[in-house]
Amino acid sequence: MKHFLLLLLPVFAAVVTKAQSPQYQDAMTKQVGLLDVPASYTPQSMLDISNTFERIAAAEKNQWLPYYYAAYTQVMSALMTQDKDKIDGLADKAEANINKADSLKQNDDEIACIRSLIATSRIMVDPQSRGQQYGPESGMQIQKAKQINPENPRVYLLEGQALFYTPEQFGGDKAKAKEVLQVALQKYAAFKPASSIAPHWGEPHAKDLLQQAGK
Amino acid sequence: MWKHSFNLLLCICLPALVLAQQKISGKVTDAKKRPLPGVNVYIKGSYDGATAGADGTFSFTTTTTGPQVLVASLMSFQTQEQAINITGPVQVTLMLKAAMNELKVVTISAGSIEASSDKNNTVLKPLDIVTTAGATADIVNALKTLPGTQQTNDREGLFVRGGTGYETQIFIDGLMVRNPFFTSLPDMPGRGRFSPFLFKGTTFSSGGYSAQYGQGLSSALVLESEDLPARSSYSLGASVLGVSGGLDELSKDKKGSFGIEADYTNLAPYFSIAKPKQEPTVGPEIIGTSLNFRRRTSSTGILKFYGYGNWSRMGFKKNSIEYPGYQEQTDVRNQNVYTNLTYKESLGSGWRMNAGFSYSSNIDKIKLDTIQKSPVTNVHARSDLSQLRLMLTKSLGAFSQLRLGGEYQYAVERSEFNSYRANYVDNYSAGFAESDIYFTPRFVGRFGGRLEYSTVLAKVNLAPRASLAYKLDDYSQFSLAYGDYYQKPEPQYLRFKQDLSYMKATHYIASFQRLSSNYTFRVEAFYKKYKDLVKTVPDTLTNGTGYAKGIELFWRDRKTIKNLDYWISYSFLDTKRNYLFYPYEVQPDFAAKHTASLVMKKYFPKITTNIGVTYSYASGRPYYNPNLPESKFMSEKTIDFNTLGLSASYLTTVGKAFTVFVISVTNVFDFKQVYGYRYSTDGLRREEIVPNAPRFLFVGMFMNFGIDRRQDVINNL
Repeated sequence: MKHFLLLLLPVFAAVVTKAQSPQYQDAMTKQVGLLDVPASYTPQSMLDISNTFERIAAAEKNQWLPYYYAAYTQVMSALMTQDKDKIDGLADKAEANINKADSLKQNDDEIACIRSLIATSRIMVDPQSRGQQYGPESGMQIQKAKQINPENPRVYLLEGQALFYTPEQFGGDKAKAKEVLQVALQKYAAFKPASSIAPHWGEPHAKDLLQQAGK
Repeated sequence: MWKHSFNLLLCICLPALVLAQQKISGKVTDAKKRPLPGVNVYIKGSYDGATAGADGTFSFTTTTTGPQVLVASLMSFQTQEQAINITGPVQVTLMLKAAMNELKVVTISAGSIEASSDKNNTVLKPLDIVTTAGATADIVNALKTLPGTQQTNDREGLFVRGGTGYETQIFIDGLMVRNPFFTSLPDMPGRGRFSPFLFKGTTFSSGGYSAQYGQGLSSALVLESEDLPARSSYSLGASVLGVSGGLDELSKDKKGSFGIEADYTNLAPYFSIAKPKQEPTVGPEIIGTSLNFRRRTSSTGILKFYGYGNWSRMGFKKNSIEYPGYQEQTDVRNQNVYTNLTYKESLGSGWRMNAGFSYSSNIDKIKLDTIQKSPVTNVHARSDLSQLRLMLTKSLGAFSQLRLGGEYQYAVERSEFNSYRANYVDNYSAGFAESDIYFTPRFVGRFGGRLEYSTVLAKVNLAPRASLAYKLDDYSQFSLAYGDYYQKPEPQYLRFKQDLSYMKATHYIASFQRLSSNYTFRVEAFYKKYKDLVKTVPDTLTNGTGYAKGIELFWRDRKTIKNLDYWISYSFLDTKRNYLFYPYEVQPDFAAKHTASLVMKKYFPKITTNIGVTYSYASGRPYYNPNLPESKFMSEKTIDFNTLGLSASYLTTVGKAFTVFVISVTNVFDFKQVYGYRYSTDGLRREEIVPNAPRFLFVGMFMNFGIDRRQDVINNL
């Protein structure tokens, strides 16, 4: 009898753990869904969404995705804000979250992409002084992501974006940006996220940039 | 059985209980009861929560019941947790306290201007230090646009708040740099020997500085060397001055790097076209090399080596003022080696260690000759300095710190004046202890002292130092500083007479500073009392006196006009001293009452060109006229000093190399500049002391393979 109970225990435990999953799945699906809506992309609503991801992350300490998305929404807020004094604080927060995601899922291309964005946001505070430190860091993270997964469309989006916004004399190249963004779109077309809540952002932005680059 | 069925009942009812939703609502404010929008409020361990609205209110429903923990978190505030018991709807009011980040915590700032790339909120960035048209990549020249400094361009060194160039001490990673300037000729100050780009942080202190630093009566310039480079790079440069090349190699494991740089400067071709005031007879020619090595020894430890070797020779000829019709020739050959090895490591439980060793050697060979009139005078001087330094730092609580350290220097000074020799050896040791105590995060005090002993003087001194700083809000702060500063007399006096004492200065400083990312405003008032300055008449003694007082303003604006960054500084200085051959206290010949600078940089993105303008002004300085009676000593003044420097740099790509083309001109409008007058011994003839090359045109090209360092070049001009 005792043995029988012990045998049951793991089964029971599994049921309990799994019981959390639908709630997790639901909440994440809803929040990740918000990221597909263009209206979510304002500095404030990004922060509101990041609050929810942080709540989920605090309750689900073994899931990397809530941390990942919290970092993503925070760095996006940093990139969009008009108030330069806020950027470093947001970047620090995003960095803390991406470090936690990293400890749960090592060597991930999506995480490297976020790190590249964080470096880019730090440049914006003071391009003259910080460009030299964070510019190469941002580029290095894109290269790292590409090495891990050359099929990740976000790698090409970030690469194209960097080429697009960097002045020609500093190594930017609009024609090359166009090529890379076209690659990004091909990769987006072929990309199948691991699940409905796995990272899949960026396609509309890539199209936008490509249009600006003069198709 | 009955009990059993109750349990069963409970089990059946449980899901229903759990599903019962309760409303949690309330308001979040800051410590001053103002609503806080954007706060993340939630039940710990659940997903249930909400973001506070613009009025600070929040509301959400939860399926949790009983005792729970409500969490409220917001960036730059301390996260707060509050226990609640959910049996029905819950109403709570939460108050968040501001978190103590870098912005909110006060730092000691009286007397010092910091340029750091680590922190966002500093008065200047390291690049700004050298971002000055007309500064010609010289740290000291660039610092001359900051408040507290003098436009004393006829002598080497940084003249600060009524102090001489000797009273400013330069430190690299805590170790003193002897002979930081190339050996100068009369009226031609030597440039700094090191590249400004080796440093990630620069602190220029015009008074009231930490007990860590000694042997500077007026000012300390503290340079902190770079850590590892981001990636490997190679560079080449060519200009009207000469050629340069360098490489900076990052190791494969990215934990170490080494760099080599070499340059060759020869001004003879330039001077053959643009004739200087004095006729060049040798060079000027300089060979410079530098070597650095850095290695991360652990996640917290780093070992750094930096060294340079320079060889220079130059000679000029001019008409003698002493013997009309004859010419005087001065010839200088200099060899200088400087090495600096430092090791930083964390020792655990809040202790950190900074250890350093440095050796430097300077050899000057000077030949003075009034051709065909008097015999040649030969001066040989050699200084060797070895130093050891160890500093331990202990963190006390969140912000407070204790620093303990010791220094030992072994100096050998040799000199030979024709066949007359005067050598001496000094063993100098010092110990210091200092603590930064945060009474509150907004209010800090620094208290410390420094004990020094020099064998050549055979005297001990104890210098107390103290400062206070109080932060009024996120951007503004008040500071006060007080300190005693001691310095050995210059080697030229110690060589001949050693029963002298330390020269002494006491500083009192009050300052207000408002610093945001786009604007900086600073005002500082100071009073400095001098004692025991060297006197040479009637006898060499340390019994000179003096004072300096003044007020300084600094304003910087990086926002009002797009792509334009400018700063203005103004210094008012009232100083008098009785030293050297002065009969009584007068305004010395190196000090101007009013000094002002305007520095502007504008970037034109369409043509990728940077334009920089620097204008500096100084009121006339007194000069010594031997024909005046003693009562009128130093009563005459030179004309006011004006200079306007201009630079333009164009950025482009040549092949694979990022390239910058640069053109810069100093004293564009050819303002007449007179620093003083030199009289013949009989007082019958005099000559103006003027810059040797009143206007200088620089044209150059710099290429960099690998990392983009063009910004360096632009900001160098």
